[in-house]
Order: sequence, then C-alpha cells, then structure tokens
Amino acid sequence: MEFEVIIGLEVHAQLLTKSKIFCSCSTAFGAEPNTHTCPICLGMPGVLPVLNKKVVDLTLKVALATHCQIAHYSRFARKNYFYPDLPKGYQISQYELPLAEHGYIEIVANGESKRIGITRVHMEEDAGKLLHDEGGEDVSYSYVDLNRTGVPLIEIVSEPDIRTPGEASEYLKSLRGILQYLDVCDGNMEEGSFRCDANISLRPIGQDGFGTKTELKNMNSFKNVQKALEYEIKRQTNILDGGDKVIQETRLWDAAKGVTLSMRGKEDAHDYRYFPDPDLVPLAVNDKWIEETKKSLPELPDEKRDRFVKEYQIPEYDAQVLTTSKSLANYYEECVKLYPNPKVISNWVMVELLRRLKTDDRDIEECPVSPKLLARMLEMIDDGTISGKIAKTVFEDMYLTGEAPEKIVEKKGLLQVTDQEEVVEVVEKVLAENPKEVENYKKGKTKLFGFFVGQVMKETKGKANPNLVNEILRKMLD
Amino acid sequence: MKITKEEVDKVAKLARLGFTEEEKEKFASQLNSILVYFDNLGELDTIGIEPTSHASTISNVFRDDKVESSISKEESLLNAPDGKRDCFRVPRIIE
Ligand SMILES: [Zn+2]
Repeated sequence: MEFEVIIGLEVHAQLLTKSKIFCSCSTAFGAEPNTHTCPICLGMPGVLPVLNKKVVDLTLKVALATHCQIAHYSRFARKNYFYPDLPKGYQISQYELPLAEHGYIEIVANGESKRIGITRVHMEEDAGKLLHDEGGEDVSYSYVDLNRTGVPLIEIVSEPDIRTPGEASEYLKSLRGILQYLDVCDGNMEEGSFRCDANISLRPIGQDGFGTKTELKNMNSFKNVQKALEYEIKRQTNILDGGDKVIQETRLWDAAKGVTLSMRGKEDAHDYRYFPDPDLVPLAVNDKWIEETKKSLPELPDEKRDRFVKEYQIPEYDAQVLTTSKSLANYYEECVKLYPNPKVISNWVMVELLRRLKTDDRDIEECPVSPKLLARMLEMIDDGTISGKIAKTVFEDMYLTGEAPEKIVEKKGLLQVTDQEEVVEVVEKVLAENPKEVENYKKGKTKLFGFFVGQVMKETKGKANPNLVNEILRKMLD
Repeated sequence: MKITKEEVDKVAKLARLGFTEEEKEKFASQLNSILVYFDNLGELDTIGIEPTSHASTISNVFRDDKVESSISKEESLLNAPDGKRDCFRVPRIIE
C-alpha cells in the first residue's frame, strides 16, 4: 500500500544565559562534576526557585521570530517522574498556558518554500547528566552530575506538518538558524545544546485520521535525524504491509547499528501528573514588553532573504538557502564585499561550496575555503589566469588543502593556455584526426562545432581559453 | 466510590511506595471521604471564575541573570547515601 508520512518534531534548545533558570548557579559547560550546584537545583526541601528574567526575554524573542501568539498570562507546572538525573522528582516546565502558541516557520523543500506550524514554545529546566564507567570496574553504577540540572531550555513543538525526512532536516536547519540569528542558543547538536525528538506515523494516502505514532529519541545530528526517520518509515511500512499494527512507544536511534530500538520499561511512567508549581508565581507579559522585544529583534532569516533578493538581485530560492544560517549569510556577504559580483558568488556558493559541505556533513564554519580564497580564485578567472572549468579543479583542491589558488595553479600547472600559437597547434591536430567530422561540418552539420571545441578542451585538459578556441576554430573551419 | 483500590495501587506505584492490602483499603476510603468533602464546592456557582492556581495574586517575580557562588561539591554530596568521583552514585540505569 502507498502511505503518507506524518512527522512532528520536538526541539529542546539550551538558552544562552549565564545563570540557571531558577537559581544563581553558572551554566558554563565542562566544569568539574557537581560544582555548579546549590540547594535550589539540588532539590533540597524548603528552597524557593526564582525565575531568571533573561530566560523570559530570550523565549519571547524566539516566540516572536516564529510568529507565535504570546500569552499575556502563563505559568509553570511540575512534571512528576523519577529518574536519577532529576533530584526533585519533578521537572519544572510549562503545561497548560505555555508562553507562546500557534506560530510557524518557513523552510525550503524541493526548491519551494513551505510553512511548518509551531504548536507551542515553552520554558523548562534541563536535567542532570548520567556518566558511566564503560569497561571500568564500576559498570554496575550510574554516576550523576547535576551541573546541568536547572540550565534553561526552551521546548519548541512543531505541528505534524512535516512529510519527509528531508523536510525534517530542513525544518531543523531553519529553526536552528533562527535561534542562532537571535543569539539565544549556540545550536550545537553534538554537545546537546540543540536536541531533537521526532514523532512519526504512517497513514494510507487519502485517509484523514492519523495512524499510530512512535517517538524517536537519541539522534544527535541532522544526518542521524534523517536516517532514523528513513529507517522508521521502512519499519512501519513493513509492519502495516504485513497486516500488523504499529505499537505506540518510544524508540531509541542506534547510530552504530543504523536501527531504532524499542525502549521497553519506561512506558508505564508516562503519567506525569502535572500541576501548577506553587513555588513560582504566574508570569504576566504585557504589550509593552512584547513591543520592546519586537524592536530588539535583529534582522531575521526571512528579512535577510528579502534584502538579498533586492540588494543582490539573486533568485529568491538562492537567497532563502543562503540566509538559512547566519554564518552562511555572513560568508556570502563577506565574499560579495571582496568580489562585488553577487550573482557569480551565489552560483559558486550554491553549487560547488554547499554540495561539497553537504557531502562531508560539515557546517560553513568548518569550510576550509575562506571568502578571501574564493574571491581570489574568481578574480583569476576574470583576468584569464584560469578557465571557468579549471576553476572547479582549483576549488576542489582549495577545499581539500586550504591553500591559496595561485599556489594550486602553479603546483598543478593549471595556467590557462592563452597563447595563440599553442591553441592553433592543438586545433590543427584535432581537425587532422577527425577528417570525417570536418567533412560533415562543411556539408552543413554545424552542430559539430561543439564536438571540436570539446576535443580541443580535452586535448588541453581544459586549460585552453574557450573564447580563443572558438575564435580559432571559426577561422579554420568557416 | 470515587477512588478504587486499583487507583491507589497505581498512584502508589508512580510514587514508588509500597503498601499492604489493608493500607490500600484504608487509603481508598480516606481519599474517598476527602473527595466527597470537596464535592461541597460543587454547590457554589463558579461560572465565569478562572481556576485558581496560586493563593496569592502577585505575578512576575524575577531575578537578574547573575552568577553567584554555588556550594562546594563536598557540600553537594553531603546528604547522598552513596557518592564517588565527585558524583552521586546510583545503581546503573541504562543497560
Ligand atoms: Zn543552583
């Protein structure tokens, strides 16, 4: 049977505050275990949590940037469950009355832009970390470090509007881009400051109601999210095709084995008995606060995209791709400053650079080709040092070695052949070797012109100046 | 009966508490009388009144985003029944 895939994503992002959400302990990463703790985040009896105002400010920014409606009145709730990384026995979160609801973000999917709804954005505290002595003497214990306990998080829940693993990945990139533009989260998936869980179900095409979903966890990169979803689509398709039913459960992605595995045992705990936290007073956000936050927002991806289209005269699709991440947009504008031909830069970044980064699953920050090197290479095309075709070889080499284009051209002998005599010699050779084609050409098969150009380029390993080749061929054939 | 023995069972399990059969019977009946007592509130007309979540009417109590000194890790671990390597130690939780 043909199925439609329904995906919704839940993102947890660590907010860039100095102190925790309800106490004054530091949020700095990498400290010695349990040195950033106090009676409040340790969950001692009788303590009083007090909300960090910066957390609200940052969450408001995210809510406004994702076009959410802001609740004038919102409150915190206790989510009750037992786990060793949660010293209080409950997590302070928002349940009813979250700070923001009903927003959306725009993504690019299959060359078109698509809106993905945001169900809600709320604030909560992070849990601690469990460490294990793998292969050591103490394998039968878990070690608990509570430094992360109480670090502020925002949870952003999407509507089930996502239809493919590719769209899921685009959504995450766009969302992370927005958080980075706003400077509210560093977006590091490997370090866990940007985490994603996915809900996925299948339904026969044409059916209105949703099928049974599973929840996927433990995916710590965009690529893993995509792979886990692809695996789960296959798994659920097989189950449904076999006439069986999908079981609603949480499954963990095992990146090493490339499978999702059922997380048995934790299921019966899904009764969190939420209730309003009596220690925290309600939060009231008035219009003035919202307006002030709006004014403080930087240029966001959507706005930057529109500006790029206007200012640089590049296609909307290119502008959308270039502005998804703040760093990529900065890279592009840096290049344009050095080499003021926005369209040429856009082509190189969109085609060569992004393709290369995608192959290696790398971010622009890790790109070995700096704007300076790229601009220098483009100048070399303009001044005739290299041909456009050879430039691709130079680019690949720059990407691999990070060396300057001049050096690569010299090292590999890629200088463009602009010497008239040298080209004439090659053209003569090509014509002599292909008498049949020459005859046909002279009989009127003028399409063969391209064949001769190709042969000359092949003979010179792409180094001949194409204009010169055209000119000489015309002279000798016509 | 508003609360059955099975519900007491479930809540006890969620709270990691163990009770004898007699205790469960007793708590079921006690919880019932509490809930029956709360039913008295049903006699009041509460249409148009927002549910109360807090006894006081204040809102927006904040602190600034400032780091102040935490307690030492030794103090942190002082109440822990088992600690090692600056960490709280518990029976292994993930296989
Ligand atoms: Zn603390």
